[in-house]
Amino acid sequence: MTIVKGDIMTEDKKVDIVGRGNVEGANLFRVWFAELSDAAKNNQSAAYVFVMGSMAEILKVFDFPLVFPEITSLQTAVRRVADEYLTVAEDYGYSPDICGYVKADIGIHLREREHPMGKIPKPALTVLTNACNTYVKWAEIWERMYGIPMFVLDVPATRQAGGQFQPGSSDFARDCEYVEAQIRELITLCENITGKKFDIDRLRETLAYANDMNIGWKRVLELNKSKPSLFNALTDGTVYLGVSNNFRGTKEGSQFFKNLVEEMEYKAAHGIGTQTEEKYRLAFVGVPCYPIFRRFNEMFTEWGGAFVHSTYLHFASGGANMGFEYDMNRPIESLAEGALISIRDAMDSMFHQNTLVAVSAKLREAAALTAQPSPCSRCLAASRKPSIAPTPSYSQTTITIR
Amino acid sequence: MALQLFKKWQGQSLDWIIAECREVVEDADFSTVKRWREARGKVLGHFQVYFPEEIAHAAGMLPLKMRGAAIECTHSDSHFGSYLCSILKTSLELVLSKKVELDMFVTHPICDAARNLAAVWGRNFDYPCQILYLPQNANSAASVTYLRDEYARVQADIEAITGNKVTEEALKNSLSVFNENRSLLRQLYEIKRRQPWLISTYETYLLTNVGGLIMREEHNELLKAAISLIEARPVKRQDKIRVVFEGGFCEQPPLDLIRTISQSCYVVDDDLLIGLRWILEDVSLEGDPLFNLAEAYLEKSSYSPVQHDARKPKEKMLLQRIADSGAEAAIITAAKMCEPGLEDQVAYTKALDEKGIPYFVSEFEESMTSFDQMEIQLETFTENILFG
Repeated sequence: MTIVKGDIMTEDKKVDIVGRGNVEGANLFRVWFAELSDAAKNNQSAAYVFVMGSMAEILKVFDFPLVFPEITSLQTAVRRVADEYLTVAEDYGYSPDICGYVKADIGIHLREREHPMGKIPKPALTVLTNACNTYVKWAEIWERMYGIPMFVLDVPATRQAGGQFQPGSSDFARDCEYVEAQIRELITLCENITGKKFDIDRLRETLAYANDMNIGWKRVLELNKSKPSLFNALTDGTVYLGVSNNFRGTKEGSQFFKNLVEEMEYKAAHGIGTQTEEKYRLAFVGVPCYPIFRRFNEMFTEWGGAFVHSTYLHFASGGANMGFEYDMNRPIESLAEGALISIRDAMDSMFHQNTLVAVSAKLREAAALTAQPSPCSRCLAASRKPSIAPTPSYSQTTITIR
Repeated sequence: MALQLFKKWQGQSLDWIIAECREVVEDADFSTVKRWREARGKVLGHFQVYFPEEIAHAAGMLPLKMRGAAIECTHSDSHFGSYLCSILKTSLELVLSKKVELDMFVTHPICDAARNLAAVWGRNFDYPCQILYLPQNANSAASVTYLRDEYARVQADIEAITGNKVTEEALKNSLSVFNENRSLLRQLYEIKRRQPWLISTYETYLLTNVGGLIMREEHNELLKAAISLIEARPVKRQDKIRVVFEGGFCEQPPLDLIRTISQSCYVVDDDLLIGLRWILEDVSLEGDPLFNLAEAYLEKSSYSPVQHDARKPKEKMLLQRIADSGAEAAIITAAKMCEPGLEDQVAYTKALDEKGIPYFVSEFEESMTSFDQMEIQLETFTENILFG
């Protein structure tokens, strides 16, 4: 398989526009992992980050390779080897009742960061948000294991149903000031770790790429209101999501989403859908069932079901679905606003699942399907932390269609 | 003094007071809260671990610690998935079953489940159900100011409910009442550390716990009476090991589990209901009371698995607690399905292994009723230390 970097459209013109997003997404995923393996081989340290607020815009300014442990963990499940890692973590002392992502990752670290897809570099620091509280407990494990700095970007989300603070209000300004102060502290921390001086023009560059991605992601999600649906939110959507996380704030990520919008607009204009017969339009709530990723999808597509939307594409994009555009004239202030609005949305989309599902489904004329993998204990309104153990963990999976 | 919600203890023996405290703590009908409401008092229910109760107190509300109960869930089960800790379910059960009626509910981002409790609660009740976003970045220079403003926001909501403007004077008075309360609790724990044979952890737990169910002025009077009785207690020292109990920061172990441990060991320090003892020093009465309260939360406080602070690695804090209390062993517990507690259990046991400190590991749930097996295991554990 040729790994394509840079301007994908011009370097590989043979890629047909229909299905191009999946091909390019898969290529980029391999690029990401190959770069991590290279970094590990060269003893280069990485920034460990999470999908709900990676702060890639800042970290890319300092040239940190980004490790997304959620993604490396779920890959062990997709590749059907999660149980090996989970067992290592449980033997070490972790309870069967805690998050499977965390345990798979601990298993990876206890195996010297050897992963089925390559080698993961050591952390230089970890940057996380409070979008998932387990992030904090997870990062504390690396903090102990490697003695690295742990930076929690605290993003206050909605306090009460229906009471989200809006831009222009004093409450919003107060939250924004808090986030901005922390971003400035993060910059200082990165300077201290790397010995590099912060370059605000490079931040403008990463913000511009992130803007392209935010605009593109929002547009792609909107386009799937088309009939027939243009992409499968469960399978194709997860590929796009991978790029949106791993390549946030980069030229490759920007170009990928420009290409993806072009592909989806082309498909919409030509009535090209994902399957020959779209009998049932489905909205998926929760996290893809990674241990049976393909088969789970087929269980529905075989009967004419098409996943036109997934809440996963909202919250696991760190709120990129909001389409927030950074203001290059005030990059740090604008990054704070964007982080607050986007990460808050990723948190609130779980907080207000009941309305989110109804609205999303209605917009897309879809029935809502809720999948709650059994060990997902942390989220009351919707599950987002399934165990990534193989089939036994799904023995209690509840799927309701309403 | 504020309305008396508890039976009179004046002139009663310590054993009588302890027995009455157990009645109140185990009372699934929350009679103290009902008495308060009958007197037209408003109630603010706040979920574990810490809430600045002074703000509700200054507005004339009863700050009620929602810390679950040993009850069967018949209403709340359908609102939650199965993989959740018990305290969430029983806390909601208390309000759905109308055993407790509130005028406001506040939860905190201590874990995903607790944070989302505001949403679940809010779908069932018309009164404000919200999150107090206690800072998760305890090490940011901006955290104290942010928290001060967050307290002001909550204060405004409380004022809207009660119709009472919280004056600076009222807030400072409340700070003073709570400073005294924490000081008395520190005295209680100091006795436990110094002369653990005078008061068991089962007893200190009951005396502490009742404070979350009555007004603090009344609790202060109760503690003063109890402390003088404890100090005069004619009890001899027994041959028991000194241990620290860790794991009671949120969901509370069943009373009989705590009693079982008390029978086998001298628990010289613990983290039971740590929120009531979170602030370790008096909050200053000079200057802005909300700022002082926020600063105390971050700068003069204890530790728990649900607050990350680079200055307070949990396992080092535990080792410090063990050293400060002169304990020779630790009991490391966690509530079932408690992600933060279960994760830190590993860090604790690794640190204890490294230091060669013996420990006993266990899990608990509010609804546990049988402790025989644990009693036998604990006896073996203590005998190993005493005679090993």
